[in-house]
Amino acid sequence: MNASTSLTWFPVWRRNFLVWKKLAMPSLLGNLADPMLYMLGLGYGLGGLLPAVDGVPYLNFLAAGTLAYSVMNSATFETLYSAFSRMHVQKTWDAILNTPLGLPDILLGELFWATAKSLLSGVAILLVVWALGLYEDFAMTLALLPVALLTGFCFAGLGLSINAVSPNYDFFLYYFTLAITPMILLGGVFYPPTALPGWLAAIAAWLPLTHAIELARPLILGHWPQQILLHATALVAFGSLGFLAALKLTRRRLLR
Amino acid sequence: MRPPLRLAGLTKHYGGSAVVDGFDLELEPGRCHGLLGPNGAGKTTTLRLALGLIQADAGTVELLGHPMPARARLGRQKVGVVPQVDSLDPDFTVRENLQTYGRYFGLSGREIEARIPDLLDFAGLAGKADAPILNLSGGMKRRLTLARALVNDPDLIFLDEPTTGLDPQARHLIWQGLRRLIGQGKTLLLTTHFMDEAERLCDVISVMDRGRVIARGSPRELIASHIEPHVVEVFGDGLAEWKACAGDLCHRCETAGETLFCYTDAPDKVVAHLEGRPALRYLHRPANLEDVFLKLTGRDLRD
Repeated sequence: MNASTSLTWFPVWRRNFLVWKKLAMPSLLGNLADPMLYMLGLGYGLGGLLPAVDGVPYLNFLAAGTLAYSVMNSATFETLYSAFSRMHVQKTWDAILNTPLGLPDILLGELFWATAKSLLSGVAILLVVWALGLYEDFAMTLALLPVALLTGFCFAGLGLSINAVSPNYDFFLYYFTLAITPMILLGGVFYPPTALPGWLAAIAAWLPLTHAIELARPLILGHWPQQILLHATALVAFGSLGFLAALKLTRRRLLR
Repeated sequence: MRPPLRLAGLTKHYGGSAVVDGFDLELEPGRCHGLLGPNGAGKTTTLRLALGLIQADAGTVELLGHPMPARARLGRQKVGVVPQVDSLDPDFTVRENLQTYGRYFGLSGREIEARIPDLLDFAGLAGKADAPILNLSGGMKRRLTLARALVNDPDLIFLDEPTTGLDPQARHLIWQGLRRLIGQGKTLLLTTHFMDEAERLCDVISVMDRGRVIARGSPRELIASHIEPHVVEVFGDGLAEWKACAGDLCHRCETAGETLFCYTDAPDKVVAHLEGRPALRYLHRPANLEDVFLKLTGRDLRD
């Protein structure tokens, strides 16, 4: 079954979209509230105590990290809690597997849905960035859209692989504790990675969120990122590997 | 006419033990086929193999002419499935459930919309199109699941314990629907634990145990060929002493809990004898499919 060459996954994507549409407003607000509070609280609160970071006010510096972190969170929550509900609790995936669609269709639908939903979170933050004028060059901030897309793809793929092996909702805490939180703290959301000691910076450089922020921050600060290809490839690679693992592990879980 | 489903030598192992073990089945078009067996007999695994969801260790599956799981997408195109566990979309209304499910078969919104009135009518859910799933009773949900399985106008319908957990009224409604489907020429493959359900609906029954078919035939054939035509169930005080007489009075006796089941061709003799024992109570009835089932698969509890 060659699912990727046709749009057979689309009905799965569409199903998630239609459910989301019913609760779009609260969902968007939920997506926006948390990162906004971080950005504004720390940006104004902590920023008031700080001199310029990387030559800009702290709030401007924080904007790119917030955007990447918000996209990561959105893709992660969708592929963990929401996908798990559909797979394990509501048996939505089982119902779909009884139709002509196969597991690749379901997982591609979920992957692209989580990517789309997290892109929307990125757009929400971008609107705030525009509204507060936290950017240098408006045209350049448009390049944040593909960055958000890649970031969403990356974390959607990774999230699906965790979902595949999770026995229950509590299991996700391991992923948050061992992967998501370290990335938020070390990936350069709150400070430039150069502030870390060398060995820690070397580890941080490998983290997917670091790649996302390395792309996003310069675009907000008004210059083109360095090593665009490296960072973009890393995001695609993490997401693709996560997705392939998810395919294999979910097959083992549901179709054995 | 080609059989809608053909399973040959089907075998599937889990952890070293065969759950399905050399299973053969050929469905006749337009008939209702029953798959009976105790828990763990391999019924659900057989259905999953037939749908191409899992790969057999040996044997072949041909679903509506397509080898499975190699051509699963084509094979499942004209198949409807009523699963054991409720899998309706709780976030959607009745109508949205049917629309969304129809799209998985590649149907257009217009095609599905055109079918919805008939499907709702069939399921006795006319007027409930815009009701949220959470507002439906258990029976309504089951009927909607059945309607959902018909959204692609299937030739073959799998039903995995379709009436488990329903009250008698709701079961009768489901049975009525299934009879209509058989009348329309659909082929049904039904698993159930309710012998009366199988007896009422099925043309052919396969009794399955430990992954194998141990008996096959129409309900009447199974009863006629596997068991004595009459059963006298005896219970009450003094059963232990009476048991000694029972052996001479009937062909075969079985104890289950506090009840003695006497199987016989000549019930009058047994009943006459029991009439002289007022402390014992009894129930005389014709043998049914449940007696066959218990004889073939034993009275031990399976988990």
